[in-house]
Order: sequence, then C-alpha cells, then structure tokens
Amino acid sequence: MRGGGLWQLGQSITRRLSQTDKKSITRRCFASEADLKKTVLYDFHVAHGGKMVPFAGWSMPIQYKDSIMDSTLNCRENGSLFDVSHMCGLSLKGKNSIAFLEKLVIGDIAGLAPGTGTLSVLTNEKGGAIDDTVITKVTDDHIYLVVNAGCRDKDLDHIEGHMKAFKAKGGDVGWHIHDERSLLALQGPLAAPVLQHLTKDDLSKMYFGEFHILDINGAECFLTRTGYTGEDGFEISVPSEHAVDLAKALLEKSEGKIRLTGLGARDSLRLEAGLCLYGNDMEQHVTPIEAGLTWAVGKRRRSEGGFLGADVILKQIADGPAIRRVGFFSSGPPPRGHSEIVDDQGSALGEVTSGGFSPCLKKNIAMGYLKSGSHKAGTKVKIVIRGKSYEGVVTKMPFVPTKYYKPT
Amino acid sequence: MAFRLWASKTSSYLRISVPHRGFASVAKDLKYADSHEWVKVDGTSATIGITDHAQDHLGDIVYVELPEVGAAVKQGSSFGAVESVKATSDINSPVSGKIIDVNAELSSSPGLVNGSPYNDGWIIKVELSDAGEVSNLMDADKYSKFCEEEDSSH
Repeated sequence: MRGGGLWQLGQSITRRLSQTDKKSITRRCFASEADLKKTVLYDFHVAHGGKMVPFAGWSMPIQYKDSIMDSTLNCRENGSLFDVSHMCGLSLKGKNSIAFLEKLVIGDIAGLAPGTGTLSVLTNEKGGAIDDTVITKVTDDHIYLVVNAGCRDKDLDHIEGHMKAFKAKGGDVGWHIHDERSLLALQGPLAAPVLQHLTKDDLSKMYFGEFHILDINGAECFLTRTGYTGEDGFEISVPSEHAVDLAKALLEKSEGKIRLTGLGARDSLRLEAGLCLYGNDMEQHVTPIEAGLTWAVGKRRRSEGGFLGADVILKQIADGPAIRRVGFFSSGPPPRGHSEIVDDQGSALGEVTSGGFSPCLKKNIAMGYLKSGSHKAGTKVKIVIRGKSYEGVVTKMPFVPTKYYKPT
Repeated sequence: MAFRLWASKTSSYLRISVPHRGFASVAKDLKYADSHEWVKVDGTSATIGITDHAQDHLGDIVYVELPEVGAAVKQGSSFGAVESVKATSDINSPVSGKIIDVNAELSSSPGLVNGSPYNDGWIIKVELSDAGEVSNLMDADKYSKFCEEEDSSH
C-alpha cells in the first residue's frame, strides 16, 4: 500500500458517492472494518462525533463535527488535539544503539545532545527513503523514535534484520516497541499553556525538538516538543490506560478552545507547513536529497558516510539531484497527487505528489517533483487536471509560516 | 453545526423533510440518482445539482468544475466535478440531454453547494432528450432510505 496516503483515503470515501455497484462495496467494507485496529481512544472518538475511516490498517477519525476547514483554522488560532496512537514508537537500548541506528539513517544521532531529537530518514541501499521518522536521543544508550503506521511492518522488519547482523558481530543493542503506550499530538498556540496546567515541569524552558520524561496528569509520559502542523506543540506518549483521561483533561483545561481534530485537517495542516507525507511526497525510490531534506544529513555523516545508500546520497549532495520537491500555488481546481506538471509547450516537467485547497490561505497549494532547472521559486508551470491545463507557479515552502518554539 | 441550523430553519419554506435522526434533508419534488445528484424537471428542461447528503459527505466545497453550455450529457455519465478540502468527486448527470445553462455563480462561490444544495447551489440546466429516463430515478422517500442504508453499511 502507499503508506496509507490520506488523499487516497479521501478518494475512497467520496468515490462511494458515485458508486453504483453497491453490493460489492458493502461487502468489502465489512470485511476490512472487522480487521481494523482500534486505538484506546476509539470509543472516545465515536462519542465525540468522530467519522471513523480505515487508515493504514487502523480505524481513525478523519474529522469530528467541525468541518476540515474550521478544524484547520482552529488549530492555528487556538489548538488541536490529535490521536496519533496508530504511529509506532520504539526504543533502542544498549551501549551501541547509536552506532547501530546510524547505519540505517542519515542523521547525526551521535551529535545530538541528550534529550533532543530531529527529523530523519531511514534509507535503503539505493539511497531511497524507507520512511521518515523523528529520532530522539534520550541518553547515550537509549534512542526513542516514532515511525509511520503505514510503514510499521516494513520498518520493523528492516530494523530487525540489520539488528540481528549487528548483534551477531557483538554489538550491544536491543529494542522495545511501545505498544503499551498511546500517542497524542497537542498542537497550536494554546498547546503549551494548556499542557502547563497538567505538569510541574516548566515548559517555557523546553524548546522545539527537545524531549523529557515527566509526569503529566499523574502518568509518566514521554514528551517531545514537535509536531506535524507547523505550529508549536507537543507529542505526548502516554501509558495507554491513562490516554483517555489525558485527552479529557487537555480538552477541559483549554475550556473548549482546543478541539479534537482528525486526519483530514492534519493533512491540510502539514501541507500548509510544507511537510512530506510518506507514501505521497516521499517513497522508496525518492532520496532525501530529492525530497529537500539535505539539511537532515548531518555534517559528520556527509564526510564519513556509513549509512545505507550513502554513495548515492553523497553524490547527489555534491552534484545536485535530477529532480527536486517544490511547492506550488495554482489556479483552477486543487491539484492532487499524480497531476502532471508541464511547461508552456506541454513537455513533462514532473508530477504533483499532494495538494489541496489551503484553508488558511484560501487558495490552492501543492507539492511535487520537478526536473532540476525548472525548480526555482517563481517559475511558471502548467498543472494538468482532468485533461485541462491550469496556471501554476513554483513557490517556497512552508506556505504558512511555521511557529516552532525556539530560544530567542 | 451551521448547516444543520440552516436545514431546520429553511425546511418549512422549501418543504424539505428533515428526518428525526439527523440524516441529510431531501426535497419532495425532486428525483434522485444513486450517485447522489438531484434533478428537477420543468417541462422539457431540467435543473441538476448534488444532494444535501452528498455535500455533507464531501464537506467544504472549494471548487466546482463546470461544463460548457451546448455540451451533451448522458444519464449516468460524468459532466463535471466538485472538489472539497478532502476530496474530488465526479458529478454524473441523472438525465440525458443538452446543457442550456450553467451556474456561473459557483465559480466565485462554490460554497453555495454546501449552503443551498437544492436552490442557489444548482449546477447545470439541461434540455431533456428523453423525458422517460426520469422514471429510472428515485423519489425522495426512496432516496432517503437509500442514504440511510448506505450510511449504516459503513
């Protein structure tokens, strides 16, 4: 599957609107819904009006009673609470954990200060992205990372295979998959003041990318100041038996301003923030350099290499990649994944990988890949949608300024 | 929800039946296709739009792709598309004929389809080529049941 892309998901829902072969569709839905995994917040979502849809093998809320437009705007104005427990958190432990992980990712993990993290990419031998992941160095012998739900099985297979080989050579590393925990994302300007009500730790001293293990609402949580919306905010890994209480407490402390928000608005928010959705904007055959994540290849890694696909990736850094991920504004209908991008003469330049109508900017935004040379901001292109060409222009990302909490 | 409020306020004026369990509204004098478009027949011409149920499922509509006046439409075939924040959906014509008018207002105000699916949010007008086709469509009661069944099956 394509990583559980949200756009595919949206299409599958609305295609049913024009579906005439109703019986087969009904059968298929019944068969798959029984197999879907539920987070511990499932009943809580349903009770709050969550429209549950299949996503990467899980039944997740695509939206609640608020429209996707309103939810997106409210996140930036007040705040959003997302259940992202479908994502897979895992810990690597052992004195060689860092040396092991650095064979699989592009980031300088050894160089991270304890209690800080970064976005990184798991690569294959060809330099392609197996998944993107947020990696935190808890201590020198404990790494915590979160990978995508849709990539869980292949990521774990990949890590496990390399771990066996590493351990066979005497390396000290083991793992724990945090299936006993749930993950909540609290995002937006009210995230910090609301969360502060539920913990004694001073959140004003915790900056973007930092990680603490602390008591929140009476439970020991892993707290990362990060997110997927472009706003300030946190991801809170909470023991699953405390997840519903924590969700209730966060909503209550916000006095109704922080709203439960589903995957639909989450997709609009991450797109506005210019962030990749794995399975749409990044795939096995795309390198992190092509995806615009050159910054995530640590300086030391550029000189030393030593990760899967380093030869391809380091060469692309030196020579420049053949294709690049860029942003677009466009007229006409919102571009979606796989819309073709052409020049004035109709020659192919690339393809849109995700796009939509920006609730904040009130116009179409998209990202996609273009041949190097046509990738500069301001370049005019045509985007082909249902056989018609519409005006597009290459634009810098993020589309909406990010508001990460950084030391001034 | 803003829409629900609208539906209950205007239901008496439009003679829309609003079922008690909060299902989307239907208008009594229209005919419905199973792909969730409505048609209002007036002599040899017909007005076409998408139903309240369809707009409710799609969410905020941000773009309506309109066909050209003069183009032919065929029962069950796509003539345009609606784009919401969430997704794209084809619009199928419930009847065959020739397009005699399109709702140009939708180019600047696509949200009319959400706010007024049976009135200001109409999409095209068609000169019918086969008035008999209308008998293939559902009436309001049948369409309401159809929507309930479809919603409860997923």
